[in-house]
Amino acid sequence: MSILVDEKSRVVVQGITGREGTFHTEQMLAYGTSVVGGVTPGKGGQKVEGVPVFNTVHDAVNNEGANVSCIFVPPPFAADAIMESASAGVKVIICITEGIPTIDMTKVDRFLKDKDSILIGPNCPGIISPGKSKVGIMPGPIHKPGHMGVISRSGTLTYEVVDQLTGVGLGQSTCIGIGGDPIIGTTFIDLLGRFKDDPDTKGVVLIGEIGGTAEEEAAQYIKREFHKPVTAFIAGQTAPPGRRMGHAGAIIAGGKGKAEDKIKALEAAGIAVAPSLARLGGTVLEVMGQA
Amino acid sequence: MKIHEYQAKEIFNKSGMPVPKGRVIASSDEAPKVCQIINGPPWVVKAQVHAGGRGKGGGVKVVHDPSEVIAAAESLLGKSLVTPQTGPEGVKVRQVLIEEGVDIAREFYLGMVIDRAAAKPAMIFSQAGGMSIEEVASQTPELIWTEYVDPAVGWMPYQGRNLVYKLDPLPSPGAIKQLMAVMAAVYKVFMTLDCSLVEINPLAVTVSDGVLALDAKMNIDDNALFRQKEVLKLDDSSETDPLELMAATYNLNYIRLDGNIGAMVNGAGLAMATMDLIKGAGAEPANFLDVGGGATEEMITNGFEIILKDRRVKAILVNIFGGILRCDVLARGVVAAAEKSGMRIPLIIRLEGTNVTEGRKVLEDSGVKFLVAKDLSEAAGLVASQVSGEN
Repeated sequence: MSILVDEKSRVVVQGITGREGTFHTEQMLAYGTSVVGGVTPGKGGQKVEGVPVFNTVHDAVNNEGANVSCIFVPPPFAADAIMESASAGVKVIICITEGIPTIDMTKVDRFLKDKDSILIGPNCPGIISPGKSKVGIMPGPIHKPGHMGVISRSGTLTYEVVDQLTGVGLGQSTCIGIGGDPIIGTTFIDLLGRFKDDPDTKGVVLIGEIGGTAEEEAAQYIKREFHKPVTAFIAGQTAPPGRRMGHAGAIIAGGKGKAEDKIKALEAAGIAVAPSLARLGGTVLEVMGQA
Repeated sequence: MKIHEYQAKEIFNKSGMPVPKGRVIASSDEAPKVCQIINGPPWVVKAQVHAGGRGKGGGVKVVHDPSEVIAAAESLLGKSLVTPQTGPEGVKVRQVLIEEGVDIAREFYLGMVIDRAAAKPAMIFSQAGGMSIEEVASQTPELIWTEYVDPAVGWMPYQGRNLVYKLDPLPSPGAIKQLMAVMAAVYKVFMTLDCSLVEINPLAVTVSDGVLALDAKMNIDDNALFRQKEVLKLDDSSETDPLELMAATYNLNYIRLDGNIGAMVNGAGLAMATMDLIKGAGAEPANFLDVGGGATEEMITNGFEIILKDRRVKAILVNIFGGILRCDVLARGVVAAAEKSGMRIPLIIRLEGTNVTEGRKVLEDSGVKFLVAKDLSEAAGLVASQVSGEN
């Protein structure tokens, strides 16, 4: 098993006729993902990589039974695209777009409260369940089917971690990039809950970074009710306060969001925190060996 | 994006939030004229820099005579101001704000931010005004009160009552009404201008029962600048590090730090983790540089140019994890940049991911001198040994 996406996922790509949308549609198809439709308003009836294009997400859902969406729409229109997906009944919405205004995301968050959809991202690489389905922009070949769940706030850092896991012989059930923005649809706790119920996931790697308190909250949740082994890594121990480190959400503000506080909270919950990125694969192997 | 106090106060004034009368000047020659227009004594002379903690750094002076106003302006303009938030070298003061003095009866704190966990704008009000809100939060958290705004409904008057009626003692009915009006106006400005922070500290009640924003801090969400053209005009680029400005024009995420190891990485998370690795190996990063998860050859070249302009840099670590963008493409960027700049300092490259073999070949076949690290710990160790050898 895996979580959120698998061989039954039928993906609609929003913004499919854009440069990124087209390129990654091709990559997803090559990986074996069922991309069943695309959406670009005004371009309904065209085809991209053999995939039918629709004017609205509703049309893609009604005609092709899309149940997962992958959004490449530019920032000014991305909040609207997320809401369109949710209103069309898409269950898993993955927003790759970076640069959405934070106030737009407060509205998206409110809109999704009474919808039966889960939003991953924005500003994320997406989700992959290796060997089954890849919905996002991560390089497929570094992944290997297996039993590790990966949850991360970063993109290339996740690739690095996955590469190390695969290198030490640990495959992955599902890897999720939750996004580097201050407001994201789904955070560590929601996904840990899903990994808890997935019999195929034997352990989890949690990759955090400075900013916010999501890692601290995850630490408490893990201590309370998550009993599979967890290994963590936190990026940004040398980041200066008050500066945005690339990701809009990676900022130490008002004394909150420091790496050392996150590491302390995780260790206090009995979670192994890899001291350095270079040794993460080895640390996970040790943790899983004990399990 | 940050704006200056005087700019934020102009926005406040237009939005119906009372502020003291004042004028901003860039030369002390203008001070005598301003003293005639602005009521005094006393006058308040305030350095206009983006860094906070100005009071503690001597950037705010209360004076009682026009000659003192001139002296205060002279002592600040063109000088470097060091505050707890600047760094030891401080920031240059280019403008000062001269304001009328106000007879303060009470000082409060009022701020609005986006609460990340709640995913909502939060209005924060405190009886303990005039001091840093972080200090209040750690010493007397019971004196900080918060109301979260439902983005579908907006700020409601009952929320203002919830905050204001916590004050002890209660201000006069007139002052209560004005405080609530300021809260509603703060929310409106926050939403209309896509702010990430609006802060009034202190928000004063005067002896004559007026309410005045004595200070004003306003930060704008960088992601929203595409629809905030008017606010964008308020950007003061002289406050930004020149290399950071240059990076911004190339769409690169670059932040200058205090060390001597230049670092170039694709992706923000990996860039942060690489900085940590450098520090872990006993050296100090000179910068954070994220050329983007989807970096192109050109972006790599531009990134190199910026790092090499920083004279403190004694060695460079390039850490690239090729994903969709292949290592061979990225390697060509490195070679092009290194050739163009005539590298004179040690270059350590760690390359991994898609097409890594082809990428390494591109590097080997080039005339560029560099050391290849086979993994991350070796990369950090190599780069640290390069600078320790120099010392």
